[in-house]
Amino acid sequence: MNKVTNRQAVCDILMTAALNDRNIVVLCSDSRGSASLKPFAEQYPEQFVEVGIAEQNLVSIAAGLAACGKKVIAASPASFLSTRSYEQVKIDVAYSRTNVILLGISGGISYGALGMTHHSAQDIAALAALPDMRVYLPSDRFQTAKLMEALLRDEKPAYVRVSRSAAEDIYDENLDFELDRSHILSEGPDATIVACGEMVPYAAKAAEILKEAGIRAGVIDMYCLKPLDEKAVLKAARRSRLIATAEEHSPYGGLGSLVAQALSAHCPKKLLAIALPDGHIIAGENKEVFAHYGMDAEGIAARVKQALTGV
Amino acid sequence: MDQLTRIAYKLRRDIIEMAHNSSAGHVGGDLSVIDILAVLYFDVMNVSPERVRDPDRDRFLLSKGHCAGALYCALGEKGFFDKQEALLTFGTFGTRFIGHPNTDVPGVEINSGSLGHGISVGVGMALAAKMDGRTYRTYVVLGDGEMAEGSNYEGMMAAGHYRLDNLCATVDCNRLQISGQTKNVMDSGSLADKFRDFGWNVIEVENGNNCSQLSKAYRRAGDCKGKPSAVIAYTLKGKGVSFMENQVSWHHGVMNDEQYRQAVRELSEVSLRETGAETCPKAGRFQNAPPDFFRVQSEVSLRETGAETCLKAGRFQNAPPELFRVQEELLT
Ligand SMILES: Cc1ncc(C[n+]2csc(CCOP(=O)(O)OP(=O)(O)O)c2C)c(N)n1
Ligand SMILES: [Mg+2]
Repeated sequence: MNKVTNRQAVCDILMTAALNDRNIVVLCSDSRGSASLKPFAEQYPEQFVEVGIAEQNLVSIAAGLAACGKKVIAASPASFLSTRSYEQVKIDVAYSRTNVILLGISGGISYGALGMTHHSAQDIAALAALPDMRVYLPSDRFQTAKLMEALLRDEKPAYVRVSRSAAEDIYDENLDFELDRSHILSEGPDATIVACGEMVPYAAKAAEILKEAGIRAGVIDMYCLKPLDEKAVLKAARRSRLIATAEEHSPYGGLGSLVAQALSAHCPKKLLAIALPDGHIIAGENKEVFAHYGMDAEGIAARVKQALTGV
Repeated sequence: MDQLTRIAYKLRRDIIEMAHNSSAGHVGGDLSVIDILAVLYFDVMNVSPERVRDPDRDRFLLSKGHCAGALYCALGEKGFFDKQEALLTFGTFGTRFIGHPNTDVPGVEINSGSLGHGISVGVGMALAAKMDGRTYRTYVVLGDGEMAEGSNYEGMMAAGHYRLDNLCATVDCNRLQISGQTKNVMDSGSLADKFRDFGWNVIEVENGNNCSQLSKAYRRAGDCKGKPSAVIAYTLKGKGVSFMENQVSWHHGVMNDEQYRQAVRELSEVSLRETGAETCPKAGRFQNAPPDFFRVQSEVSLRETGAETCLKAGRFQNAPPELFRVQEELLT
């Protein structure tokens, strides 16, 4: 079982990149520990800025640095980064097209029983609604590493959400990665489950459970939420009887909404959208909460089966 | 030991229980703020479980919401709910005692946990009191790391502007936050000067873990007319447990069983020493000790024997009878 978290994978890439690039600057808001960026802060103190517990300040300072030629990574819990600093993100980063990567750590319901203040179940909706903002939820550490390398090569704003705990490995070092695409893990004539981030391994397991029940389901790892890989969605829609989405997000404005929008425009089709409820999330560890809401592998499989067969 | 200090130490032991049961919580900040909570809830504020909907009750806001554990202990001790439920279910699946204050818990006035909201929400509550001609007061408690949030200063400005003398903010100035010392992470300079600049009456409390100093400060705050009051309380993070005191790693550290036992031992001994109970040289034990001490001690020993807590009674069952015998002997 993999123990390396996606946030550690981010730190590793930044440490390597900073070796040859003095313009890489990392910003934290009393969040270097939870972002796993302590090693970076220690090794590159001149390329690290601590702003204290001040997320709005974090984002605007990041934009200012970027406007003067720095490649900036601003790291803070996804909850605060996506809501507390939303206007700074909208104006200083997205609208101004500054070279800032917003790194939302402990995304979704990673903080478990810490409650609603610490959940980010609205970040896809919020960030995707901003012109010029791109939104990524990588699944495993290998994909996270490739994503960060790619983002460091371009000069445009992006939001990346990672979870708190280690995700199961799906790929390896040889992963063939392209920005703004998706990764088709398997294909299925009965159903295709489109998932992102933490939910991808759950979706993959759900497909296995369905296989045993005689249902052939494919899985798409939709690590790029915006711009959405519509081609992959439409191809799957033409091939499968049912499209399902699985995401650690509110039912509004996230992966389900984005996929539904693509489908209804080009290939009207029944969609089963699996997401967190629109309400206060029950306290607990991710696994317990996912099971409670029918979002774990068993839950996803049961709901896909129900949608296809009525039982 | 005076009554308030006694309560504060009892609450400290509850905090340790809760933190150990759940392997969660922000124990360092809980222990630094608990004397402030003890004084507010048991000496200053006009609140009680019977009056949770009384429009004239005082209002309390924990802006440093990560110390919800300490707040739950104080509210439980005050009788807002069965404290054992909080101690045993804090942070577990399906609990209402989540890691930040929420209004499903009786006595909690508003949801918090995202830092930097409390002063402004408090301004709203204090303004409402003025609009309605009510005499309740609003108390807000903040962390010193939290003071980096710019929203605090917008709230401070508004409170000064509207001369909200029914608003009192306390900063739990323990000089630490998650990443290190507050002066190194983001130095906010003199908080006292900043509050004063915005038109506040500032009261600095040299030892913010001393209940009588705190009580005096809140009395002075209550007497001040025409200005909001800020109590800057200089505290010790982790206060009362030697290995946690002033250690940044205990912001949200988790105790192992040995550390837990040591914490309980130290907190019990402090209470004993302060009650004037003397050590019996022969037995090496305290004599004239209040029974409460032995309860805590027994519970620790019980946990070691593997006895389980009885959820309903909130007490240990399957306890070896010997334990209670020893306890009785000590008491007689
Ligand atoms: C807006 C916001 N940003 C970040 C956090 C995460 N966080 C929780 S506690 C904490 C440190 C608080 O330090 P301080 O205010 O000094 O509290 P204390 O020392 O009393 O625990 C941080 C950064 C948060 N809860 N809210
Ligand atoms: Mg502090």
